[in-house]
Amino acid sequence: MSGPALPKLTLAYYPGCSQTGTAAEYDRSSRACCAALGVELVDVPDWTCCGSTPAHTVDHFLAGALAARNLLQAELAGFDRVTTPCPSCLAALRTASHHLAEKAPAENGAPQDSGPNYRTEVERLLDRPAPLRASAVSVLQVLTEDVGLEAMTSAVTRPLTGLRVAPYYGCIMNRPPGLMQFDDPENPTAMDRVLTACGATVVDYPFKTECCGAAFGMPRLDIMQRLSARLLDMAASCGADAIVVACPLCQMNLDLRRGQVNAKAGTSHTMPVPYFTQLLGLALGLPESGLGLDKLVLPLGPALEAARAREDKRAALAQAELAARAARKNGAPANGNGPKENTPCA
Amino acid sequence: MQTPVQPLDLAQARDPDFQAAVARESGQALASCYQCGNCTAGCAYTPDYDFPVHQVMRLVQLGLKERALSCRSIWLCATCQACTTRCPNNIDVAKVMDVLRHMARRAGYAPERGVKTFTDGFLASVAKHGRIFEVGLAAAFAIKSGKPMQDAGLGLPMLTHGKLSFTPHEPEGNGKAEVAAIFARFDRVAADKSRAETVSSAKPADKTGGGK
Amino acid sequence: MRIGVMVCHCGNNIAATVDVEAVAAAAREFPDVVFATDHMYACSDPGQGTIEQTIRSLKLDGVVVASCSPRMHEVTFRRAVERAGLNRYMFEMANIREHVAWISLDRKRNTEKATDLVRMAVEKLRHNRPLTAKSFEVQKRVLIIGAGVAGIQAALDCAEGGLDVILVERRQSIGGVMSKLDKTFPTVDCSVCVLGPKMVDVGQHPRITLHALSEVEELSGYVGNFEVKVRKKAPFVDWTKCTGCGACLEKCPSRKVPDSHNEGICTTTAITIPFPQAIPKRAAIDPTVCLHFTKGKCGVCKKVCPADAIDYDMQDEIITEKVGAVIAATGLDLFDHRKCGEYGGGRYPDVITSLQYERMLSASGPTAGHIKRPSDGAEPKTVVFIACVGSRDRSVDRPYCSNFCCMYTAKQAILTRDHIPDSRAYVFYMDIRATGKGYEEFVRRAQEEYEVQYIRGRVAQIHPTTGPDGNQLMVRGADTLLGVQVEIRADLVVLAVGAESAHGAPALAEKLRISYDAYGFFLESHPKLRPVETNTVGVFLAGACQAPKDIPASVAQASAAAGKVLALLSKDKLESDPQIAQVQTIRCIGCGKCERTCPFGAIRMRELRDGSKRAEVVETVCQGCGICSVTCPVRAIQLAHFTDSQLLAEVNALCRTWDETTES
Repeated sequence: MSGPALPKLTLAYYPGCSQTGTAAEYDRSSRACCAALGVELVDVPDWTCCGSTPAHTVDHFLAGALAARNLLQAELAGFDRVTTPCPSCLAALRTASHHLAEKAPAENGAPQDSGPNYRTEVERLLDRPAPLRASAVSVLQVLTEDVGLEAMTSAVTRPLTGLRVAPYYGCIMNRPPGLMQFDDPENPTAMDRVLTACGATVVDYPFKTECCGAAFGMPRLDIMQRLSARLLDMAASCGADAIVVACPLCQMNLDLRRGQVNAKAGTSHTMPVPYFTQLLGLALGLPESGLGLDKLVLPLGPALEAARAREDKRAALAQAELAARAARKNGAPANGNGPKENTPCA
Repeated sequence: MQTPVQPLDLAQARDPDFQAAVARESGQALASCYQCGNCTAGCAYTPDYDFPVHQVMRLVQLGLKERALSCRSIWLCATCQACTTRCPNNIDVAKVMDVLRHMARRAGYAPERGVKTFTDGFLASVAKHGRIFEVGLAAAFAIKSGKPMQDAGLGLPMLTHGKLSFTPHEPEGNGKAEVAAIFARFDRVAADKSRAETVSSAKPADKTGGGK
Repeated sequence: MRIGVMVCHCGNNIAATVDVEAVAAAAREFPDVVFATDHMYACSDPGQGTIEQTIRSLKLDGVVVASCSPRMHEVTFRRAVERAGLNRYMFEMANIREHVAWISLDRKRNTEKATDLVRMAVEKLRHNRPLTAKSFEVQKRVLIIGAGVAGIQAALDCAEGGLDVILVERRQSIGGVMSKLDKTFPTVDCSVCVLGPKMVDVGQHPRITLHALSEVEELSGYVGNFEVKVRKKAPFVDWTKCTGCGACLEKCPSRKVPDSHNEGICTTTAITIPFPQAIPKRAAIDPTVCLHFTKGKCGVCKKVCPADAIDYDMQDEIITEKVGAVIAATGLDLFDHRKCGEYGGGRYPDVITSLQYERMLSASGPTAGHIKRPSDGAEPKTVVFIACVGSRDRSVDRPYCSNFCCMYTAKQAILTRDHIPDSRAYVFYMDIRATGKGYEEFVRRAQEEYEVQYIRGRVAQIHPTTGPDGNQLMVRGADTLLGVQVEIRADLVVLAVGAESAHGAPALAEKLRISYDAYGFFLESHPKLRPVETNTVGVFLAGACQAPKDIPASVAQASAAAGKVLALLSKDKLESDPQIAQVQTIRCIGCGKCERTCPFGAIRMRELRDGSKRAEVVETVCQGCGICSVTCPVRAIQLAHFTDSQLLAEVNALCRTWDETTES
């Protein structure tokens, strides 16, 4: 397999709490893809919960301390760069490192006496000096930037040709742009490019960054039902076979909670919700058992088979057309036309 | 805004320090908000809010502390960052909503009981185990929320797909104790702060609560 | 020396917080002061009269007036002393109003400070020398850069006033943005119909020399005697032979060139005449897309040209002109909305700019005035206008208001209804700025008569959608007045893009040595009182290059600038300010530092007979800033009226006073 060499890179890896439970397949497939693409992951030793959304809705310094503890653990293990698959963990870690790095408290003209100093307060809760250098990036960013699309494309052995996918990034992976500093906040394309490298057909999905309902599944199920239904309806109207995600919460709302969403909306959407790392793993030819496909509530299999069948049919028709054209050149009668290409979402 | 609404006697209803306090705590220049509505236009949660987000900002600008801190909107904000990303005046609107929730909590408001129960349960799980014990949290919430059957239908698919873990995955080292210590310190700091802070016209802590 | 001092009360302005009589009394004791008095209003006729009489009766050599800021009345008092027979530079002012009376209420301290300032002024005056202005001839010609409506108006006014005009326009035709408009607010006049006659006048006026497809390469010299080098870019068509018949356009095989006059909504040929009413009506080839230049093939236009005007070997030409004044009228460009991801970031063909819409509305545009969606050519029924795209927006670094968008949006909404009677127009706005004459009424007409639905709020997202009416765009905004989200299925979305300075404006400003702000708009001398002058004498501003403005304001400003130029060049000779740098050649070591630091290029190194170099000041260019004086390592160059001795005399006067003070 010729192409750019794979990097030999070692990063700290912060799984996040859901990776040990409801998002185990994301963890498994992320690790598998990274290993296959030259990225060695070393788990942050003795990692603990980053606090996610609940912590920062209670207190910003508590959230900072919980996140900073993990950055500190990474730093102590000798790593300045931490990667994590979960956007919420990513936001928590980046917010902490961002504010710890700040000297001046004022942003955009806010009063200079902006209250207590972030580092001081976080250190008070940690009872240790806060980390200085470590910061976090998403697994998606590592794959697109450190590994690179060229290397990824060269490593693909089983392209997912014919599979139409709606790339759904979730609300906080790329927002706010000043904090996340990765890809375009209105129309991100990193996952699109990874999926294209996998050979899939990416549909033009307008709700790439619309919120799915986040953690409201438990306290306000009605809100989550409404928001996730919107996402599914749009993916369906775009002609997607699958909606591809990069966030454990999005995945849970769209997959595990599919029954609840369909029930409220009166719909019967059956499209699967694989993690992008699962599709990437398949395209790289990695063993399926290592990608956690069996953990997807809505099975991926049927969509893959349907795509394969469609693709086979298209290929067969294209062959027939070529043969007919050649025959016509030699004087034999014509045979029929190939099918029209599917148009992306309008 | 819901009607009927009594006329606002601004001299009476206005807390002159409120906007400054919110600006200080959030680090955002609320005076630069010109009420364009871009935040509301993109806010996915607007249908569930009692005040759309631009009106929450308006409440702060007018110093209407009571109304701002007692609203439901601030508890239903998912901090999805759509507003912050699009504000033409570079205001971190999501952060302002967060700060208002902090202030509301400290003042004893909790109109969305379920959200507070969930948040408290989540943090309690972290404090206890060092990481989230998903099943434990779900079970605790199911009981406390008074809607134990809401997620009953998820049990089977979780089980058959190996997503049910009946024991917590705790950190291997001292992490659990360190996290517990962080929470203990936080509680102490919070208690000190609330003793020092004079809360004007505070509602008593919502123990019985009601509503969704 | 015999010095007279007058301390002004300025009514109560000074006297309220300064004991002016005490100051005058103290002044009487200063060396060389033979007369000191106080006066209620020194600048008044009686006040000036007193000064003049005293100069004559007491045979004074110099006068100090302690009053307001020199920026107010230095000229007044200098004239007064001159009338009484003194050189006007034997006069000093002590500012005891803005610098003393108006900044403190402490009467005792104020009086002490005022006394110090008068003492300093007296000391300076004792070191002053009479200075004489030189006069020099002027060129009665003006360079006007930019031929949009402002440049055109200024050119016509100057030409009618008897000046020769060199009009330089970088595009192929004059007319600027106004030539692209369909109609103008609030009269809904056809834009090109009202501009056209002026354009023709410019083309035909005997005093106006038009250089289209040209740019200013370099400007040197000084007011009254500028020298400008203009680069005339090669059109590859001999414009003395070309008749504008258009035969070449019909045959040119390169047809996919984005048409810049039509804002890219259609294509044109590599050889082109920009629009039917173009002045000059001549063809030009864009070598970057012409097959002959890029691929070495094709010579079709040359073959078909009946006037044999095509010349592939043409080169750029640099011409030099001498002018007495310059008017910058370089206009504006529009904000690039592709930065705004929430409106599609340029990906959706049916999200267009206001100027693109204008070209569609225009009967001489690519759609012959029929409004057609770029995606499928269908006629839209629901058109959504979004205001403030790239204006009033700190997040894209465009915090200012662009002045005319509210008005043109109302106009376009009205025209939409005119073109498509069963259409519906919506306008998402934050505020309506309609301050001109008839403007408010015009916007009300749009809302009341033409049923344009105005919605107060911004738009957060636009995305494609399919509905019962085919492919549409879902526009999601807010109505802040109701406090709700609003969704509209639009067939076409028009973005009211804001104004920016013309591309390349800062570079031109550097050439002209004028200042510009952070957004590239040229800086006027004073925002209220001197809107068409710059801080560089002889260079004036007209139109949107100074700040976004509409057509009436641009035309008014153009005539104002022309008026200033006509006044400047109405005399045969101009006087130069003698408060300029002077080199003491014998001290100069020829290091050249002053030449390098002079921001105005007013210093030249001159070779003496023995081959050594000495600095020499070009008196008419020197603005008297004093930077050279500070730079010179050997103090060879001094600023007249602000020499080191004069300034140090003031410092010594002040410090000596402090030493002698018994209080701490």
